[in-house]
Amino acid sequence: MPQDLAERYRAGVMKYAQMGYWQPDYQPKDTDVLALFRITPQEGVDPEEAAAAVAGESSTATWTVVWTDRLTACDMYRAKAYRVDPVPGSPGQYFAYIAYDLDLFEPGSISNLTASIIGNVFGFKPLKALRLEDMRLPVAYVKTFQGPATGIVVERERLDKFGRPLLGATVKPKLGLSGKSYGRVVYEALKGGLDFTKDDENINSQPFMHWRDRFLYCMEAVNRAQAATGEVKGTYLNVTAATMEDMYERAELAKELGSVVVMIDLVIGYTAIQSMAKWARRNDMILHLHRAGHSTYTRQKSHGVSFRVISKWMRLAGVDHIHAGTIVGKLEGDPNSVQGFYDILREPNNPQNLQRGVFFDQPWGGLRGVLPVASGGIHAGQMHQLLTYLGDDVVLQFGGGTIGHPMGIQAGATANRVALEAMVLARNEGRDIWNEGPAILANAAKTCAPLKAALDTWGEVTFDYASTDTLDYVPTATPA
Amino acid sequence: MRITQGAFSFLPDLTDAQIRAQVEYCLGKGWAVSVEYTDDPHPRNTYWEMYGNPMFDLKDAAGVMAEINACRKTFAGHYVKVNAFDSTHGWESLRLSFIVNRPKVEPGFELRREEGAGRQQRYTTRSYATAKPEGERYA
Repeated sequence: MPQDLAERYRAGVMKYAQMGYWQPDYQPKDTDVLALFRITPQEGVDPEEAAAAVAGESSTATWTVVWTDRLTACDMYRAKAYRVDPVPGSPGQYFAYIAYDLDLFEPGSISNLTASIIGNVFGFKPLKALRLEDMRLPVAYVKTFQGPATGIVVERERLDKFGRPLLGATVKPKLGLSGKSYGRVVYEALKGGLDFTKDDENINSQPFMHWRDRFLYCMEAVNRAQAATGEVKGTYLNVTAATMEDMYERAELAKELGSVVVMIDLVIGYTAIQSMAKWARRNDMILHLHRAGHSTYTRQKSHGVSFRVISKWMRLAGVDHIHAGTIVGKLEGDPNSVQGFYDILREPNNPQNLQRGVFFDQPWGGLRGVLPVASGGIHAGQMHQLLTYLGDDVVLQFGGGTIGHPMGIQAGATANRVALEAMVLARNEGRDIWNEGPAILANAAKTCAPLKAALDTWGEVTFDYASTDTLDYVPTATPA
Repeated sequence: MRITQGAFSFLPDLTDAQIRAQVEYCLGKGWAVSVEYTDDPHPRNTYWEMYGNPMFDLKDAAGVMAEINACRKTFAGHYVKVNAFDSTHGWESLRLSFIVNRPKVEPGFELRREEGAGRQQRYTTRSYATAKPEGERYA
C-alpha cells in the first residue's frame, strides 16, 4: 500500500481498506491474536471493505481520518484483515480473518480482549450481521491467564474418582423449595449414587429460601451422603449475587462449611468470573460455571459469538466446569460442534478441525482443562450415546432423569450410576456400545430394579429437532 | 453398607474374567497398573498401602492378575483396589481405579457433629472399623 503519507492522513472520510485495514499479503505472526468473523455486508458493500471495516472498528479506526494516528506506531496497532472467503452454501456471507498485534491487549484480561473484539463493531451499520466464529489466542497471551482454578486432573484427584464420567443432577423444581426441602433432594440424590447435585442458575437468595439456609441444609445433606457411601460428594452452591462483595461473602461461607465446589452464572460478567476463579484457586475450590444467557448470542449463525469462542474465553478466565451441550438432550447442539467445544475445553492443544468447527490450531501452553457438563433432557437410556459422544471427562447431569424417577430420587440416582458403570465396563471390555448399548442396559437392569423402571419410563424419549447453529464445512463423499 | 468408591462399585462384584478385561484395556492404553489395599476406607484416605510399585514394565495381563490375586489372598479382609496410571504429559495421574476386594462386613461410617454458632455444624466422618488398631479391623 505505497501511498503518499500527507495524502493518506488528509482530513476526510476514506475507505477502511485504503486506510490499511485490508492487507491480503499480510503474514500473521505467531504472537498475533487471530479472529475469524462471519460477515454479512449490506447490499453494495464489497466483502473486503466490510472485513477491513471490522478490523478497523475492532482496533484503532474511527469513521474518519485522524491525524493523531501519526503520533503512534499505527501500522502495528492497526488490525489487518488478511483473508476473506465466501461461506460455503451461504450466499452473501463471508469468513473474514483478522490479525491483531499482541500489544493491543492487556495481559490476563478477558474484559479487555472482548471490549475490542466484540465491542462497538457489532453494531456497525455497513454490516447486516456479524458473528465471531473462532479465535486463535497466541501462547504468549494464553500464558498471561491463570486458567482453571482446579482443572480436570486435580478435580479427579481431590474427589478420588477416576475412569468414568461424573454424575450430577440439578435440584428441581428450580424455584420455590424451602431450604429444608431442598436439602432433602440433595441428600437423596447423593446417597443414591450421584457425585454432585447442583443449584440452578436462578437460585440465589429469594423469599422462599435465603442463601444461608440453602448452604446449611445442603452441607448437612452432603456430609450425610458422604458418611452413607464412603465417597466424596459435592453440591454446587451458587454464589451468584448482586455485587462482588456479596459473592465473596457467600463463597466464604461455602468454604467454611467444607464444600468442595461453588458455582457462578455466566451473566455475572467476565471480570467477576475471573475474580471468582482467583478466589477459587486461593481457596482450593472447584468453580462451576452455568452458562446462563449464552444462547442470546451463541445460537443464531449469522450474528453473535460462537460458543467455541466462549469456551476459549472461559478456559482462559479460569472456570473448572462449564455447561457445553449434550448432543442428545433437549437443548441446542449439533454433534460435531459440541464435540469441537469439548475438544477446546479439555485437550492439551487443539489442531485445526473444520469438521468440528475448530478453525485454528490453538496451543494451550499447559493451561489446565475445563470439565464440560452435559445437562438438559438426558436420561439413563441414552448412556451409550452420551459415553460415545462425550467420553470420560464430562459431568453428566440428569435432573428430571433423577428426581422424576417413579421409585423416588435415590432410585433415580442409582439407575443412572448403574447404567453408567455398566456402560464404561462394557466399553473397556471392547464391546460395541453404540450398537449394543440398549442390550447392555437391559442386562444391567436385570439386577437393578431402579434402572429397569427408568428404562421403562424414559427409554424411548428423544429430542429430534434440527440445530440452528450448524457447521459450514460438512464432509462430503468424494467421487472416485 | 457398601462403600461405593471406585469406578464399578454399583455393579455386582467383578469376576476374575471381568477384572482381567479391564486390566487388558489399561495395558492396551499403555497405563501402568498397580494394586493397593487398606483397612481404613475413609473417603479422604488418599494413601492406601501399595502392594508393590506400579507395574510399569509388566505388559502381560496374566502377570498383573497374579499380583492382584496375591494381594487379595494376603489381605482377604481388606479393601483392595486396582489402579491404572497414565504418565502422559498433561495427565500424569490415574485413569482408572476400581475395588476388587472388600471385607465381608462393612460397618460404614459415623457422622459426628460439633454444633457451632449460627446453626453451623462441623462435620467429621469416622469409620466404625478404625476404632480398632490397623490389621484387626475386619473379620
